[in-house]
Amino acid sequence: MTAPVLADALGPRSRRQARVASVAAAVVIVGVAALFVRRLQDRGQFDAALWRPFTIWGTWKFLLIGLLTTLKAAGLAMALSLALGTLLALGRLARSFVVRLPAVVFVEFFRGLPLYVLILFCGFGLIDVGLEISKFQALVLGLTLYNSAILGEVFRAGILSLDRGQTEAAFAVGLGYWEAMLLVVVPQAFRRMIPAIVSQLVTLLKDTSLGFVILVEELLRRSQLAGQFFSNPLQAYAIAALMYVIVNYSLSRLARRLEIRQRRRYSAGAIQVTGVEDLAIVGAQAEAAQAQAEG
Amino acid sequence: MNIVVDNFDAYVGGMVDTIVLTLLSFALAFVVGTVVAGFRVSPVPPLRAAGTAYVNIVRNTPLAVLMVLFWFGLLPNLGFRFSRFWAGIFVLTAYTGTFVAEAVRAGINSVAVGQAEAGRSLGLTFPATLGQVIMPQAMRTVVQPLGSIFIALIKNSALVTIISVPNLTKAGEDIGTKSADLFGSIVGVGLAYLVLTLPAGAAVGWIERRVAFRR
Amino acid sequence: MRKQRWLFPIVLLTVALMGAACSSKDDSPTVGGGTTGSTTAKPSFQPGSTMAAIQAKGKIVVGTKFDQPGLGQKNPLTNQVEGFDVEIAKLIAVKIFGGDPSDLGSKIEFIETPSPVRETVIEQGTVDMVVATYTINDARKQRIDFAGPYYLAGQDIMVKKDNTTITGVESLVAGVTVCSVRSSTPAGRIKEKAPAATLIEYDTYSQCKDDLLNGNVDAVSTDNSILLGFVAANPNELKLVGKKFSDEPYGIGVKRGDDVFRNFVNDRLEEIYASGDWKKAFESTLGKLGVPTPATPPAVDRYTSAGPAPAPTTTVAEATTTTTG
Repeated sequence: MTAPVLADALGPRSRRQARVASVAAAVVIVGVAALFVRRLQDRGQFDAALWRPFTIWGTWKFLLIGLLTTLKAAGLAMALSLALGTLLALGRLARSFVVRLPAVVFVEFFRGLPLYVLILFCGFGLIDVGLEISKFQALVLGLTLYNSAILGEVFRAGILSLDRGQTEAAFAVGLGYWEAMLLVVVPQAFRRMIPAIVSQLVTLLKDTSLGFVILVEELLRRSQLAGQFFSNPLQAYAIAALMYVIVNYSLSRLARRLEIRQRRRYSAGAIQVTGVEDLAIVGAQAEAAQAQAEG
Repeated sequence: MNIVVDNFDAYVGGMVDTIVLTLLSFALAFVVGTVVAGFRVSPVPPLRAAGTAYVNIVRNTPLAVLMVLFWFGLLPNLGFRFSRFWAGIFVLTAYTGTFVAEAVRAGINSVAVGQAEAGRSLGLTFPATLGQVIMPQAMRTVVQPLGSIFIALIKNSALVTIISVPNLTKAGEDIGTKSADLFGSIVGVGLAYLVLTLPAGAAVGWIERRVAFRR
Repeated sequence: MRKQRWLFPIVLLTVALMGAACSSKDDSPTVGGGTTGSTTAKPSFQPGSTMAAIQAKGKIVVGTKFDQPGLGQKNPLTNQVEGFDVEIAKLIAVKIFGGDPSDLGSKIEFIETPSPVRETVIEQGTVDMVVATYTINDARKQRIDFAGPYYLAGQDIMVKKDNTTITGVESLVAGVTVCSVRSSTPAGRIKEKAPAATLIEYDTYSQCKDDLLNGNVDAVSTDNSILLGFVAANPNELKLVGKKFSDEPYGIGVKRGDDVFRNFVNDRLEEIYASGDWKKAFESTLGKLGVPTPATPPAVDRYTSAGPAPAPTTTVAEATTTTTG
């Protein structure tokens, strides 16, 4: 997106090289794309019959409701994770070991499990031992447990990134530890974490697709059903992928924009959130940064 | 737990399968991601466009969707014949490669501009500057995100179950149906993954600290 | 302004979603692919019986499959489930609510029950009955009871039309890849009867069929009712081996020990056998896919139940709910 850092003021020789490379690269890329299109066409994948279901509003409605379910699951899980994540972060920062230990165990435990297995457990394992929850609830539960572990670390980073002066001022005014936390620290940390939360929402939206293993009718499952019904799996999956990309790309752009704005506002303590696959490491990063700043 | 003891061999076999999948995909993803990062910062516009398109499309698609799209949709219709295992590796590599690309790109951008300028003032071409001056320095910043990507890959490898490639999760599912004890078998799988991810996390942390000291 | 660029797709998407959501609420559920059975009068039931409870509830909840062509498949265009299992369920439902099977509307609700938890959802009462290619066997009878059977399927093998090496389950030796659905009964039987073959498991049978057509697996094995539908849709490329190697009587799962309800369902099954409604239901669903209609419906099995189910295991559940709740 930005101009490449290494490429300002290329000399004449490099400019020539770059131009040759451009043409060569363009030829290769177009060639490969053409090959793919040709092969798909030979297999009849561009035939009207396979694409006709997508000219009917009913098919789109079917998929869009799936997308709606995806968004609902992600939104619900995010809301619950925000609450639980805050508790975990505060727990990890508590002075008492008895409070810290369960928080640490929770975070390390749920970070170490694949979400696929966690959702399988919530959807089949819990029901097997008598817990009565619906498939959708099981999906939200799995997503929440996993996500709150990650958000907990993100919040911890946010809280640690705050200038110590804030907590010192709060104590000076006479607030106790927990009051200082809840009234002064958490609201500010929360504002700083908004880009991270939006970025994690993108991951969450992708993760809802795992609901299909427990037969939740979100977008992926619905595209599977449609592909089976109309015998056009490639088209159905491609359209579903397109819908995911559109939603997630827009949200990623939003997160990036928010992050840039944050960096302008809070020059110190802005936490890099985009481009980090497992946001849980931001907690460790913040800790390291704080240790470096102090020590 | 009885179920773990009874099926110990199956669990271990699954863990080995998962480790192989992870290591193989990670190695390939590292190569792919570094190359794509190079594309994204290069002065050649088509390469930049291709790299950006690849990262933005693949990163924003759920891995599960990529798996089914590739195996059931693209592969048969593009006329290539991969084995199931290599198809799984391909998708895991393609997906993980996007995150590696972003991490490496951030690493490249974190190296002071002066380095690139110095390289160029010495008369080095773009590839040489990138390869011999920038990348070695960028790699230090990249170690930490790479570590977390590796751990994420251990977990993401579970998704090859969707195309029926043997791995720890599939082993657990098979045990679950055979024994009709879903709860126990899934708990067993979870614990087995923790046996993989917790030490890996500790190892990654150790490596990061080693690298940080040198700075 | 720059902000508008990413705002636009989000707004567009929101409008589309609202459009989809709103119009779905206004839809009166239309029934597709069904048979209009003879209209039944609304009966009254003994208070305390499951039928009375269902009547009071105003709807019957049925567990079925959403991805099995001809038996239980969701039609994306109508958002309704269609198939033989669905029609059987509707014919039973009209005996409780009266009226016409095609007119049940919201009085019947189908939910998709994953195979691994079918018994659990019956025990918990999440569904009133399960009609989902549900094979009757003794292991399941430990936890639930079956009415019926209402159809006799059998496990068979589907291969490519030009395949001559696979002639039956004994041909599934080492080196042969067979496909079935994850954690399903047929998959379990393959593991039992052909342990040397490589078993590939997917989430839907159509994925197995696609793999077969693409040459990634050698055979697909499941109930012949499902396979026949695929073969009929693709007669030039697929064929059925035609050697049934197991019996799969489809039954209707109900709570264990609920003999009143089970007798009610069995009575209704015998009624629709005699009236021709069973035959009409078959012909309008599986029949349309090319599956030959059986000459006579199977006789229902009124076995003696093992008795009411033991009290649900609340101890673990309570412990679980209190620690997480």
